[in-house]
Amino acid sequence: MRRDDEGFVMEWYLPLIWAGVIGTAVAMYVIMDGFDLGIGILFPFAKDETERDQMMRSIAPFWDGNETWLVLGGAGLFVAFPRAYAVIMPAFYVPVIVMLVALVFRGVAFEFRIVSHSKKGWSLAFIIGSTLATFAQGVILGGLIQGIKVENGAYAGGPFDWATPFGLLCGLSLIAGYGLLGATWLVMKTEGPVAVRARQQSKILLIAVLVFMAAVSLYTPLLQERIAERWFSLPNFYYLWPVPVITALTAFFCWRWIGQGRDAPPFLAAIALFMLGYLGLVISSFPYLVPPTLTIWDTAGAPSSQIFMLIGTLVLLPFVLGYIVLVYWLFRGKVREGESYH
Amino acid sequence: MDFDPVLLARLQFAFTIIFHIIFPSFTIGLSAYIATLGVLWLRTGEERHQLLMRFWVKIFAVSFAMGVVSGIVLSYQFGTNWSRFSVATGNILGPLLGYEVLTAFFLEATFLGILLFGFSRVPRWLYVLSAIVVAVGTMLSSFWILAANSWMQTPAGHEWRDGVAFPLDWFQIVFNPSFPYRFAHMLNAAYLTAGFVVIAVGARYVLGGKHMAEGRTMLRMGIGLAAILAPLQLVIGDQHGLNTLKHQPIKVAAMEAHWDGSKPADFHIFAWPDEKNGTNHFELSIPKGASLILTHHLNGLVPGLLSVPEADRPPVKVVFFAFRIMLAIGFFMIGSALLGAFFWWRGTLFDHDWYLRMMAQTWWLGFVAVVAGWVVTESGRQPWVVYGIMRTADATSPVPGATIAGTLALFIVAYGIAFSFGIFYINRLIARGPDALKPKDEPGGISQIASTRDAGQGIV
Ligand code: HDD
Ligand code: HEM
Ligand code: HEM
Repeated sequence: MRRDDEGFVMEWYLPLIWAGVIGTAVAMYVIMDGFDLGIGILFPFAKDETERDQMMRSIAPFWDGNETWLVLGGAGLFVAFPRAYAVIMPAFYVPVIVMLVALVFRGVAFEFRIVSHSKKGWSLAFIIGSTLATFAQGVILGGLIQGIKVENGAYAGGPFDWATPFGLLCGLSLIAGYGLLGATWLVMKTEGPVAVRARQQSKILLIAVLVFMAAVSLYTPLLQERIAERWFSLPNFYYLWPVPVITALTAFFCWRWIGQGRDAPPFLAAIALFMLGYLGLVISSFPYLVPPTLTIWDTAGAPSSQIFMLIGTLVLLPFVLGYIVLVYWLFRGKVREGESYH
Repeated sequence: MDFDPVLLARLQFAFTIIFHIIFPSFTIGLSAYIATLGVLWLRTGEERHQLLMRFWVKIFAVSFAMGVVSGIVLSYQFGTNWSRFSVATGNILGPLLGYEVLTAFFLEATFLGILLFGFSRVPRWLYVLSAIVVAVGTMLSSFWILAANSWMQTPAGHEWRDGVAFPLDWFQIVFNPSFPYRFAHMLNAAYLTAGFVVIAVGARYVLGGKHMAEGRTMLRMGIGLAAILAPLQLVIGDQHGLNTLKHQPIKVAAMEAHWDGSKPADFHIFAWPDEKNGTNHFELSIPKGASLILTHHLNGLVPGLLSVPEADRPPVKVVFFAFRIMLAIGFFMIGSALLGAFFWWRGTLFDHDWYLRMMAQTWWLGFVAVVAGWVVTESGRQPWVVYGIMRTADATSPVPGATIAGTLALFIVAYGIAFSFGIFYINRLIARGPDALKPKDEPGGISQIASTRDAGQGIV
């Protein structure tokens, strides 16, 4: 093969591989921080601070590692697609910063709740921080689906372009979604009244998630012809129809397992549901990173940087996953009623 | 109203990163101290070491949480505030930050879980190992982020094409000319910062007659460490300055408020730099002192600020005074640590009330020196964001000034609240002291947690 061809192959495949890596990091983030943000969303419905201690205890050893996937997603975008990073961040300036500040409050709440005399104040910070961060993430997601105004490779819209009904719908959907992950996590990881309540909440939230998923799925093709064409033109439709069907089946089993009093399966089903929704979004948007103008190839960084980082990722990520599994295993088992977390 | 977006973006970045660096400079040092206590505990089996270790872990937890959340803010601010900078340098800085996440952040965050919640759950050796891993993680984190920052100071190993940096040699990029000095100086600064906090707390306990055994251990360990590291910091700092003279002479000129390069440079103990007229007022100087430090000759010449146009000069007052604050603290640290070591050698370390009372007030010194040092480094680099290549004014995002002003206000309020409570809680933990951790004071606490180990096996 001639050198030029080699260059072409690299410039074609590397961005694809990187899109896969970042997609995985975002998926890991959504699942892992999703369930612990969900605990914050469910916090208001706990009976008292003792129950809240138990809920927090179930996530306390993990949340920091979970949130690190968000840093990896951001850094990954910076590494592999600097031009997308430089458009997306200014476009969502306000929701990104609101999300970050919200994460500050919920992050310090973990430690401050332990040492403060009255836990109520920091519980409130935890509730508001978790809910607001989730909502902001949903709004950013919605804004991305809708598309970003770009001129000469830079963001060309105003500071509030993201504030549309669709963006707000996505924000609410994500609150329901993380709530579901959190509730099924509690079903799996706690005992006593907290677990019983979480089981009831899981059912309600499952229904809410399905309604929101349907609304977003119907809204998106209406919003963008490109997306409608992706799903409903032939032959795509032949390949894609299983996605909604499998989603419906997953939801059905999730419901049954909750009702049957199973512990871990509802959580796993909720994760599967999330991944299917995510797959749907990927199908709708691919290969655009900044719809409707910039694809992954338009925004890719230098191939040599991508390779340098890819090698590191392939070597280091297995270790990272290894010790993450170790910690989840060390802290396996249910958190008892009345157990606090220091 | 008219807002200058460049100025506001800089203010916002400076505010958030100064807030951030306060916590890492403490946690890098403290994690190493905790790991040391852990190893001592494994070897001696003494309760004193175990109690001290767990006491500092609690304080560590609070500061680490604030370091993490403020750090996440920073990693996104490259995109929100400096998007043109991100496009230009993403090929270089992206991978460095990426390696930081993969080698350091996951490591710290995951093993922190064991350190905070694993005491009664995991075997001793794994608990202590987690402390060591966290300490190593913070060091790795500094390694990569300082490589990134040093590359912006003394760029190497790349080429510029159409306003974008492309990597040529990763070894040269990471080990760029100023990196070894900055890394050594910053790590040492972090150990000193934590060391003086430990000294201050120890002195407070010994003075108050509380937690005497632990207080004395802290004092001895802290003084021993500082007596070695504080003089070392002078040596590293001197070398660092010589390196800067080679690569960023105008920054050094600003540090010394040295205007006219055709004459030997005085060392100004005090001066009021006048940036308009290119001179100083109220000078109190050691004649030719700076020439002696920088060139090792009384009549050696170094470039002056007047040798470049005004538009290429950094803000002289800021750099000049910040540098003096750092130096003053550095020399105070050397003097006080050596004096303590002398008392220790005479066997009277705990007998001089005035000395203990003074040391009990020194906990903030390291933090101020670190921030002052960074202000020297970063403001001295102005007006460049990548030295000599890209100007700060060309690095901004297309975001209106009013939006940045609004979010800056949000940061100030949010950080103000979080910081005040954090300091308050840390103080309270210190006031309670290590005795609060003794088993008798914790009815059922440990046994309750331990009992969950047998419950509900087999679930992830
Ligand atoms: C990897 C990059 C990096 C790192 C590790 C640091 N900085 Fe920085 N700093 C920047 C990258 C940067 C920047 C993006 O390049 C800024 C924004 C505007 C500028 O000129 O440089 C900057 C500006 C900037 C300013 C404003 C200077 C001025 O505008 O006059 C201050 C006070 C600091 N920084 C302070 C710090 C502190 C306390 C740090 C310790 C953690 C630090 N910087 C590390
Ligand atoms: C622009 C500069 C910087 C950025 C973008 C940045 C980014 C970050 C991020 C994202 C985190 C949170 C990681 C987590 O989730 O655990 C963090 C924490 C940390 N940072 Fe920074 N950082 C910067 C400057 C520095 C510098 C200069 C140092 C040290 C010399 C440093 C040392 C650390 C350490 C040790 C932590 C671990 C948390 C802690 O100790 O509180 N950072 N940083
Ligand atoms: C006592 C003698 C000291 C000398 C001669 C000295 C020298 C220097 C110099 C020349 C710089 C600027 C480097 C540049 O950007 O070009 C610097 C930066 C810095 N100093 Fe010092 N320093 C001293 C003490 C300290 C102390 C006691 C601390 C903190 C505990 C400290 C913390 C820092 C930090 C954090 C920076 C910024 C990071 C860096 O560029 O390394 N320094 N120092």
